[in-house]
Amino acid sequence: MPTFLEFEKPIAELEGKIKELRHLSDGGSLNIADEVTRLQEKVERMLRTTYAKLTPWQKVLVARHQERPHALEYIENLFDDYVPLAGDRVFGEDLAIVGGLARFDGRSVVVIGNEKGHDTDSRLKHNFGMARPEGYRKAMRLMRLAERFHLPIITLVDTPGAFPGMGAEERGQAEAIARSIETCLDLETPLISIIIGEGGSGGAIALAAANTVLMLEHAVYSVISPEGCASILWRDGGMAQEAAEAMKLTAQDLLDLEVIDEIIPEPIGGAHRDKDETIANMNRAIKKALNNNLKIDGPILREKRREKFGAMGQRGLS
Amino acid sequence: MSWLENIRPKIRALVARDIPENLWVKCPACGQMIFHRELDANLKVCPHCGHHMRIAVRERLASMFDDGVFQEIEPPKAIIDPLKFRDRKRYTERLRDAQSASGARQTGGDAAIVSHGTMGRINVVIVALDFSFMGGSMGIAVGEAFVAAARLAVLQQAPLIAVPASGGARMQEGILSLMQMPRTIIAVQDVREANLPFISLMTDPTTGGVSASFAMLGDIAIAEPGANIGFAGKRVIEDTIREKLPEGFQSAEYLHEHGMVDMVVPRQDMRKTLIRTLRHLLRPNPPANVVPLKLGKKKALKVDATADGNRSEIKSEGATRDTNGAAAATRKTATMAKSDQASDDAKKD
Repeated sequence: MPTFLEFEKPIAELEGKIKELRHLSDGGSLNIADEVTRLQEKVERMLRTTYAKLTPWQKVLVARHQERPHALEYIENLFDDYVPLAGDRVFGEDLAIVGGLARFDGRSVVVIGNEKGHDTDSRLKHNFGMARPEGYRKAMRLMRLAERFHLPIITLVDTPGAFPGMGAEERGQAEAIARSIETCLDLETPLISIIIGEGGSGGAIALAAANTVLMLEHAVYSVISPEGCASILWRDGGMAQEAAEAMKLTAQDLLDLEVIDEIIPEPIGGAHRDKDETIANMNRAIKKALNNNLKIDGPILREKRREKFGAMGQRGLS
Repeated sequence: MSWLENIRPKIRALVARDIPENLWVKCPACGQMIFHRELDANLKVCPHCGHHMRIAVRERLASMFDDGVFQEIEPPKAIIDPLKFRDRKRYTERLRDAQSASGARQTGGDAAIVSHGTMGRINVVIVALDFSFMGGSMGIAVGEAFVAAARLAVLQQAPLIAVPASGGARMQEGILSLMQMPRTIIAVQDVREANLPFISLMTDPTTGGVSASFAMLGDIAIAEPGANIGFAGKRVIEDTIREKLPEGFQSAEYLHEHGMVDMVVPRQDMRKTLIRTLRHLLRPNPPANVVPLKLGKKKALKVDATADGNRSEIKSEGATRDTNGAAAATRKTATMAKSDQASDDAKKD
């Protein structure tokens, strides 16, 4: 039974009805197949219309949907022969960022991602995808490793933001993020980032200063959470919907602003409704981006990345 | 907005000008009253307890450059209100208000000021953030100014000093503010690649997207006493860990203790410290000994003082030699070596 979001209520009701009918038909010999098909078509239609015009705030909810595929699920389904690597060699291992060696499309790569976890235990284990300095330092280590062995890097970004904790501050959260961005910008190997869910602020850009930045259709990417923005600018966290609206955090807006390069379409009803299709779409998009970047020499990749981010902010919304 | 609302602050500003208020300032740390002239002379540091109050950005710059003299470069053009942002107020209005308050209405200035001049006769570029301008927040204009400062530094072969005083990213520019983080980091890399020092002088506050980008990448990191420096805001951390943070958390001294800054330097010593540091980095060789020049019977000595670094050439009786070696002292004519630094010092004192 999928979890429904508030705005999906009418859809949830219909799907409940379908289930009920199916249950009934199991018992008796009633011919209700027509009715079920009719209802299913209706659900389909409703999903299509609802998801075609999601408000920014609704997108935030979809991007945070607990059943939405997370980094490890993509790693498992998009990559073969995954060898997880751990630790920053300085302080510890931070599971909010996972990563390692893997094979994509037959080629060895380094994959790094923010992992949020999918149930209470794993969410705690991965700290809800909020990394500490160790996480970013591990990411840097893996990126440098990739560079040494001429492996392309793929990062999967999905984080509410860097962890705001005492230990994290003590160990230099700001410095770790700054260096991680710097490392991204310095690499002489292809770097491809995909915003798969929430691209939360500095914690996201730390892994996303990439040659090609892709974004799932209903993912969001912003400088601060809508709640945070609302509580600062409106002095009322309850104004998050308005903030989400004003911040331009949807994939469509970010494509207009040239902050991302391409939108990866999601199945109707969001990535979690048809994971196979989501994964197939991801696969296609990553393959294309990888092939484009692999044609370019290392030093030129670095130069292009720096040119790209050096020009950020030249364009506003028309 | 009614005309009354519009006009009221203007009237107040007109009237207020003639009233000498704030002659005495109460130190927020020790509560002592300080006469404003004394406070200004002390660079806004409490003479009683050493508490560092915020100092206006140009006042700070004047306290750093030789004789308080510096040039500002024109703020580079940046796109305005790219997201057509509006919270309780339009962003364009907020910007206009901030510009009026900072006197940057005409120039279209923002929260960053790019300046250059000399410090201990070393050419330097300083990019300083103005906290009074929308909390010193970093949007496209600040990014643009930082990039311009880095370019100027590379062009002039001058070290770059950044003086952040910022709460972080400018929220009204959304994701484009976030993108100024990689952008300013690229500028830092450019300075580094030109083999020039980049010094970060963190003042109160240095947090959020500013601390997590250029501010934390200084070759040398200096902080002002008591400055709040960190990534996340204190309230956010308290809400996350559900407990009160200890006294002094995220202070400059705390960062020093945790190895995040090289030194905590009081404002009055800042200029001196920067000059000493820059000399180490830029003029590493000791100035050669200066031996008094004894003029012999023949006035045949001609000194060609083209000082380049520590090497200077001396033409003596037609012979040209490098005088950095000690052996040169055997001749009747005194060896004279002059480093530009030695001469600089002499000129200055």
